[in-house]
Amino acid sequence: MPSDMTRDAAPLRVSVDLNLCQAYAQCCYAAPRHFRIDGREALFYDPAPSAADRVDIERARLACPVQAIRVEDSQA
Amino acid sequence: MVGAGLAGLRGAEALRASGYRGQLTLVGDEPHRPYDRPPLSKHVLLGHLPADASRLPSDLTDDVTWRLGVGARALDREARIVHLTDGDSLPYDRLLIATGTRARPWVHEDEAKLANVFTIRTRDDSAALREVLAARPKRVVVIGAGFIGCEVAAVCRELDLKVSLIDPAATTLSRVLGTTVGGMIGEVHRKAGVEMRFGSEVEHLEHKNGRVTGVRLADGKHLKADVVVVALGAVRNIEWLDGSGLSADPGGLDCDEHGFVLDDQSRPDHAITAAGDVARFPHPLYGGRRVALEHWGHAVAQAEYAGRLLAGLEPAAPYAAVPNFWSTQGTMVVKSAGLTDGADAVAIVQGDPAERRFVAVYGRAGRCVAAVAVDSARWLPIYAEKVATAAPFPPTETATDRPLRDLEIQDPGFA
Repeated sequence: MPSDMTRDAAPLRVSVDLNLCQAYAQCCYAAPRHFRIDGREALFYDPAPSAADRVDIERARLACPVQAIRVEDSQA
Repeated sequence: MVGAGLAGLRGAEALRASGYRGQLTLVGDEPHRPYDRPPLSKHVLLGHLPADASRLPSDLTDDVTWRLGVGARALDREARIVHLTDGDSLPYDRLLIATGTRARPWVHEDEAKLANVFTIRTRDDSAALREVLAARPKRVVVIGAGFIGCEVAAVCRELDLKVSLIDPAATTLSRVLGTTVGGMIGEVHRKAGVEMRFGSEVEHLEHKNGRVTGVRLADGKHLKADVVVVALGAVRNIEWLDGSGLSADPGGLDCDEHGFVLDDQSRPDHAITAAGDVARFPHPLYGGRRVALEHWGHAVAQAEYAGRLLAGLEPAAPYAAVPNFWSTQGTMVVKSAGLTDGADAVAIVQGDPAERRFVAVYGRAGRCVAAVAVDSARWLPIYAEKVATAAPFPPTETATDRPLRDLEIQDPGFA
């Protein structure tokens, strides 16, 4: 998970609107190293994932059923 | 944009997205680009995230000017100038005020300066508290059992630290949720091992060699502590508006129904809007009652509305977003839609507090005014809809997991 990861100088920037999140956990399947559900529905995510993981992060963003994930520089 | 937090950032983006191509300056008193605060009282304290990780994603490009590490000192509306704390001044044609709040400091100024006494508002606050928690203190005392206090107490238990939660009220979260639902959530914390001291007030922090050693309660009792977290809510950053002629007090900066600021004669200034924690505005959903909301989602929604307004787009309707928030306390997620103020009844309409999974709906004069979901996020939207439409209370037809006769109407327990 994030705290163990090497961080690069220019990581991606991610935020999740946790008002919208309903813990469908699709992001956790799409990018398991960056999204995790604790307990029933407490989402923990990495707000600064490595740019090398952009594909996983984009997949997570697109997979979210409530479109709660925002990624800097994405074409949303 | 005065204020470079979530509202300032989203307001700036909305201004650009609405077609504004002119000069745009963001002023922020912290030396950092806008960052997200919710992780600061949760995953940063747990050590799962570094405090500097949560810089917010943004669509702003290089055509904005950042003035960071400098605050606003005064506003001259006649000359249309913002005076900064470093002596500089910025002229403006349009201004967004999003100066937000700061943590309410401990009442005794000298005690607030003691080592190992913390408030949590900024990423520097959170980084400093994380460092101390990582050193495994013997006992943490949290003063104030609101949302931040509950989140911090839950973090301490997750770290297997001894923690006491002290509040003069009868339960956790009593001000926002009432003692009925607040007590249900407090029970979760008690079971997790948080020592609860309700009906109890801290009078003084005790100290030795400049470091906090404990707290003295109003009833004369002492409690040892090597860390004290002061979680007494927030103070709005409005002092810099003294002399501006705008109507502002500790309850917020007054705005009209669109977010244009009001002067002390209640006249709107169409060059200035406000958004986020600092803005007090009449909410159409609650009979035009003036509210200032310290919510993440509100900062985004109101700033987007304000940004469009500053760009000159005509508002279709007054700002009327349903207030909402979430709080992650340990692994428990508490979410809310609407405002509980003035609620005269509450009913558990889904689930069971004993299972730490339920939805409570609040009623006022026979209408739904708020809903609170504990580990039940997927149920919240239908109740948010009841709140948005002021549907009759109790909303019996949606209580699908219990027969109608079981819907118990309770006193929400507001003081």
